[in-house]
Amino acid sequence: MNRWIRILAPMAGLVAVIVLFAILTGSPARYLSGANLRVVLAQTVIVAIGALGMTMIIVSGGIDLSVGAVIALTSVVAALALRSGWPPVAAMTAAIVAGAIVGVVNGVAITALRVVPFIATLGMLGIARGVAKYVASEQTVNPPATWLNELAVTFPSRDWMLFAPGVWIAILLAAMMALVLRNTVFGRHVFALGSNEAAARACGINTSSLKIRIYALAGLFFGLAGVMQMSRLRQGDPTVAVGVELDVIAAVVIGGASLSGGEGSIAGAMIGALVMAFLRNGSQQMGWPNYVQEIIIGIVIVLAVAADRWRAARAAEGS
Amino acid sequence: MWNAGVSPAGPQASPPALRITAITKHFGATIALDGVDFEVAPGEVHALIGENGAGKSTLMNVLSGAVVPDSGTMIAGGQPYAPRGPADARGRGIAHIHQELALCAHLSVAENIVMGIEPSRGGWLRRDAMNERAAALLADFGRAEIDPRTRVSNLSLADRQVVEISRALARDARILLMDEPTSSLQRADVSRLFETVSRLRDRGIAIIYISHFLEEVREIADRFTVLRDGRSVGSGELTSVRDEELISMMVGKAQTRVAVQQKEVVRTLSAAQPQILLEVENLSAPPRLRLASFKLHQGQILGIAGLVGSGRSDLVRTLFGLQRATGGVVRLRGQELKTLAHQIENGFGYLSEDRKGEGLALQLPIADNVTISRFASCSHAGWIDRKQQNPQTEDVMQRLRIKAPGPRGIVDRLSGGNQQKVLLARLLHQDPDILLLDEPARGIDIGSKADIYREIARLASEGKGILMVSSYLPELLQVCDSIAVMTRGRLSPARPASEWTADSILEAAIGGET
Repeated sequence: MNRWIRILAPMAGLVAVIVLFAILTGSPARYLSGANLRVVLAQTVIVAIGALGMTMIIVSGGIDLSVGAVIALTSVVAALALRSGWPPVAAMTAAIVAGAIVGVVNGVAITALRVVPFIATLGMLGIARGVAKYVASEQTVNPPATWLNELAVTFPSRDWMLFAPGVWIAILLAAMMALVLRNTVFGRHVFALGSNEAAARACGINTSSLKIRIYALAGLFFGLAGVMQMSRLRQGDPTVAVGVELDVIAAVVIGGASLSGGEGSIAGAMIGALVMAFLRNGSQQMGWPNYVQEIIIGIVIVLAVAADRWRAARAAEGS
Repeated sequence: MWNAGVSPAGPQASPPALRITAITKHFGATIALDGVDFEVAPGEVHALIGENGAGKSTLMNVLSGAVVPDSGTMIAGGQPYAPRGPADARGRGIAHIHQELALCAHLSVAENIVMGIEPSRGGWLRRDAMNERAAALLADFGRAEIDPRTRVSNLSLADRQVVEISRALARDARILLMDEPTSSLQRADVSRLFETVSRLRDRGIAIIYISHFLEEVREIADRFTVLRDGRSVGSGELTSVRDEELISMMVGKAQTRVAVQQKEVVRTLSAAQPQILLEVENLSAPPRLRLASFKLHQGQILGIAGLVGSGRSDLVRTLFGLQRATGGVVRLRGQELKTLAHQIENGFGYLSEDRKGEGLALQLPIADNVTISRFASCSHAGWIDRKQQNPQTEDVMQRLRIKAPGPRGIVDRLSGGNQQKVLLARLLHQDPDILLLDEPARGIDIGSKADIYREIARLASEGKGILMVSSYLPELLQVCDSIAVMTRGRLSPARPASEWTADSILEAAIGGET
């Protein structure tokens, strides 16, 4: 029951944002048109895929600040691979594996070196960004055109697809991750770790290896987000995606996750990503300058969490 | 009146489930265990008693594999037992039920019970099998009403304990280590826990039971071992030993007087008619505090009894302004208080029942913890002057006999009893006129309790008014002048302590209108 209420609140927020901008823009038909919906969804693919990995990390009681840098690094990796003549599937795999390697390094720093996740991934933010610039020789990398460029386009070349392939991939992966978190032993251990690490350890769960697996698995998603980034720009850019980690964290938190762990859902995080995408899109349609969007999104994040705390307090009083 | 049954299978009848011999453990220069021997038979509840710092926790950690002993031998189930970690202990069927419950509050009852040994197929959780297994274990206890699908955060503390024991049994535990399992339970829940423990005993499970409460030990345990200063100083059948003998074993000869003094704490009120310090009328703070009225005189210790959740903690928290009062009048020396938001300035002091969560800044030195309510006394223009802070702290440390390296000692490294004393020391330093004490002596050793009771009595004789909440009835009867009972948010009229008995308090607490 509780679980549904937690999804309902972000859902209500999403509906509120959509209705508000449908009215504000003065032309609900255009704002709610299929074309605009495609724009919004294509824009949200990167944040949504990143949020799949981040949800798992935040539920486990961790955090990852290196996502933006990892997206830049893996977008460069994919572009470089394509430029060296690798087939698109291999280039995509290379980027995803690169993301996982970064995740393993984060996990090892957190467990073996006992650095708290905030600091370990803050360090990785710099390292990954630096490595991205190094391998790209501080320039954008222009790969030959392949079908990878089609992944995150706003209007797919084949009409029957309706949305960009990246959107479908994100939906499919979201469904899969929701099942994994809910119905696998691994998923329940992720929740146990975030809920009470000492208890998880006392039950014989190898928390160190679990953490490394969590960051590695999340790294796969961040690598895929990097591929989407390259697809959107049609080039690998080592300076791209600065601060995306904050959007990703915001999406997860707006979706009802608790930064202290043990709480959060994939469905919520996807709704959170949509809330931000619709806010951005609406602000653009209103012709509001960028800084207004930034202020609004900042306010929404704080309000979403405040509303969640308020609900939690109400629930505690009611019991 | 004591229900001190000896197990049907006497301890000598079967080989011991666990026997430990000459166990020692040093931490640096400190000797934590200095030759401990004891054994426990299958189907026996063995009480391990001793003051805080006697080595009980270290011994538990040795048994559960968290600490490797320096020397000595352990034999479990007839085989040598030398655990290298908690996993080894689990493998040998030894489970530690922690004092601070170790559950995942966000997960369901069933998920907690099977955690680490989840029934699964190809990595996918078999939810039905998991819930069935949990339900079967709970039903075994006669606790089938606990739904395996409930989130643990929705359970009471007592039910959480059942979940934790079920978790141990799900791993076929043969030996349970229970560390102060009743410290956060109400009397009714204690009875249920004891039923559970009896069932476990009847099934041949050996239980090592740590407790400070002698009457509790007598009720549930068959035999005992007393630890003092890291040594086992006595053991035997509980039926053949008197309380006084146990206490003198626990505290040693030199200190028996402290234990006796504890019983002399009851004071006589000063002959002069004492002034009314605090007058509370119809105070309410829903949902838990509904209606409370009482008068507190100078030099009076008013005890508040009641079950957890009855509103007794809410009463003191509301009086201290930590919860919003929705109705009622509070008069301080006849003056009505318009707001309860500035109670420290009004001369109120509060001691929280949650020592670690709310009471102390564990990572800070004793001096900071003690002086924090009145930093003004040892600071100039916002700068803390240690030349004033340290002696002020040492002063109250001496008064309460806090055992610590000095005022700069980190609170986290002190024993539970000494931490509790630091909490009270803060009130001494703050020097309020009215002390609101919530469980001032919970879960600590007898020596520390005696020191705290003595200090409370002394504060009262100085003319302070003291409101003291406690779950421990002998403590209320011993320390307080008068006692009022909170039932479902309503406070009974206060009556002199001499007119109450433990039975009548309990009756009032669980009775009341339904």
